[in-house]
Amino acid sequence: MPGNALQRYTPQLVGAAALLGFVGFWEAAAAYKLADPMFISSPSRIATVAAEMWEDPDFWRDVKVSSTEFIWGYLAAIAVGIPLGLVIGWYKRAQYALGPFIDVLNAVPRVTFMPIMVLWFGIGIWSKFAVVFLGAVIPIILSTYSGVRTNEARYLRVAKSFGASQMKTFTSIILPGTAPYIFTGLKYASGRALLGVVVGELYAATAGVGHMIAQAGNAFETDRVFFGVLLFTFTGLVVTSILARMEKRFDRWRPEGAVR
Amino acid sequence: MNPKLVARDVCLEYRQPRTGDRLLALDRISLSINEGEFVSIVGPSGCGKTTFLSVVDGLLPATSGEIIVDGLSVNKPGPDRAVVFQDASLLPWRTVLKNVCYGLECIGVRASEAQERAMRFVQMVGLDGFENSYPYELSGGMQQRVNLARALVMDPKILLMDEPFAALDAQTREYMQEELLRIWEQANKTVLFITHQIDEAIFLSDRVIVFSARPGRVREHVTVDIERPRSLKLKRDPRFHALEDRIWSLIHDDALAQARS
Repeated sequence: MPGNALQRYTPQLVGAAALLGFVGFWEAAAAYKLADPMFISSPSRIATVAAEMWEDPDFWRDVKVSSTEFIWGYLAAIAVGIPLGLVIGWYKRAQYALGPFIDVLNAVPRVTFMPIMVLWFGIGIWSKFAVVFLGAVIPIILSTYSGVRTNEARYLRVAKSFGASQMKTFTSIILPGTAPYIFTGLKYASGRALLGVVVGELYAATAGVGHMIAQAGNAFETDRVFFGVLLFTFTGLVVTSILARMEKRFDRWRPEGAVR
Repeated sequence: MNPKLVARDVCLEYRQPRTGDRLLALDRISLSINEGEFVSIVGPSGCGKTTFLSVVDGLLPATSGEIIVDGLSVNKPGPDRAVVFQDASLLPWRTVLKNVCYGLECIGVRASEAQERAMRFVQMVGLDGFENSYPYELSGGMQQRVNLARALVMDPKILLMDEPFAALDAQTREYMQEELLRIWEQANKTVLFITHQIDEAIFLSDRVIVFSARPGRVREHVTVDIERPRSLKLKRDPRFHALEDRIWSLIHDDALAQARS
C-alpha cells in the first residue's frame, strides 16, 4: 500500500529531502556567487575533483596509507583493549595497578602525543599507527571494564549456585553481559581512531588522505579539501554501520527498540 | 524415616559494612525435612528466610552450625540442591531451552544430551513451543516456569524455592501454586519453600515453619494435615482458615513485639 509505505519511510524521505535541499542551496550559492567558490567550493566542483582523483595513482596511494594506519591501529586497539578491559574488570588488583595510567591517558587528548610519536617513530606510518592506537584503545578498555563491573550480581549468583567454574562463569555470564558495552566502546573508538589518522597526517606526514587535505588547504584547493573531508565522513559512516550490524547479531536477546 | 535435610544450630552473623556492628541474622536454626516432604518457611520480612535458604544452598557460609544433606555436611553449592530464585534471574542472552540447560552445562553434560533433558522439563512446566524464545518475550509467570525447569532438570534431591511467586499478580500466583503442586507430584522432590504469604505456605506444604522476626529463629512447626491432591477450593475450607489464623497470630505477635521494642 503506497500510503503505508510513504508513512513508513517518512523519516528517510524527510532526511533525504533536507540533504538534497542543502546540496542544492550550496550549489546555487556557488553558482550565483553568494559566496566565493574559492572558499566554499561546490558540490559539482567536488564531484569533478573526485572524478579526476579516481584516475590518479597518488590519490590511491594516500588512501592506502590512511587505511593502513586506521585499520591496523584500530585492530591493535581492539586486540589490546578488550582483553585488558576484561582483566581489570575481573581482577581488582589489576584495576588498582592499571587504573591510574588509564585515567591519566583518558584525561589527556591523545593527539597531544603526536609530536612525541613523530620523534619516536618518524613521520611515516608508525607514528600515526601509534596515535590511532592510543586514541582508540582507551575508550575500548573503559567501556569493556565498566561492562564487566556492571554485570548483575544475580546472574553471578546463578552461576555460583549451579557450581559453574571460573572459566564457565566468565564465558557464560561475564562475556555476554559485557558485549553490548564492548560495542559501545568500539563505536566510540572508531571515531577516535579516525581522528588520530587525520590529526597525525595533518601534523606531519608524507602521504595519506589527511596529508592530501593539508597540502590542498595550503594551496587553496578547497575542492580537494572538501573531497578529503567527505572521504573521512564516508569512512566513519561505513565503519559505524558495520559495527551496528555486528551488534545486532550479538543483541538478538534484547527487546526490539531498547536503547542503552 | 531418614531426614533428607537437617539444619543444626545454624547461626549467621553479619558485620555491617558501614558501622562495623555485628548483626545476628539467624539464631540457632534447627530443623529437619524428610524425603519427599514439602516444607515452607514463613515469617515477617527481615526474619532471615532468604538468608537461611542461601546458607542451605551454600552460597553463604554459616557462622556456626551445619547443614546436612543425606547425612553429609555441606558448605558449598552442589548438584544435590537447586535454587528457584526470587527474581527469575534468567540469563537474558539465552533462549528458554539454553537457560534450562545452564546447570547441566556447568556440570559438564554434553550439549546435545543437556538439550534433550532440558526439553523434557520445558514440556513439564508447560512451555513447549517457547523453547527458542528469549526471556524478555515471556510473561512473569512463564519466566518463573523456566526458573523452575532450570532447577528441576538438575534432578536435585532438594529443591530450594525463594519466594518464586512474590512478584506475580494475584491470579497468576494462584495458578502457579496449583501448577507447582502438579509438577511437584510428578517430580517427587523434597522442597524447602520460602514465602511471606501464609495462604501460599499452607496451600503448598505438608508443614509450615514459622520464623520469628530478627534475629531469625524457629518459632513453631505447624503441620498441615490436609489431604492431597489439593485444589484452590481448599482456600475456602474451614481447616485452612484455622491454620491461617494460627500462623497469622504467631507472626503478628512477633511483629507487634518487634514494633514496640
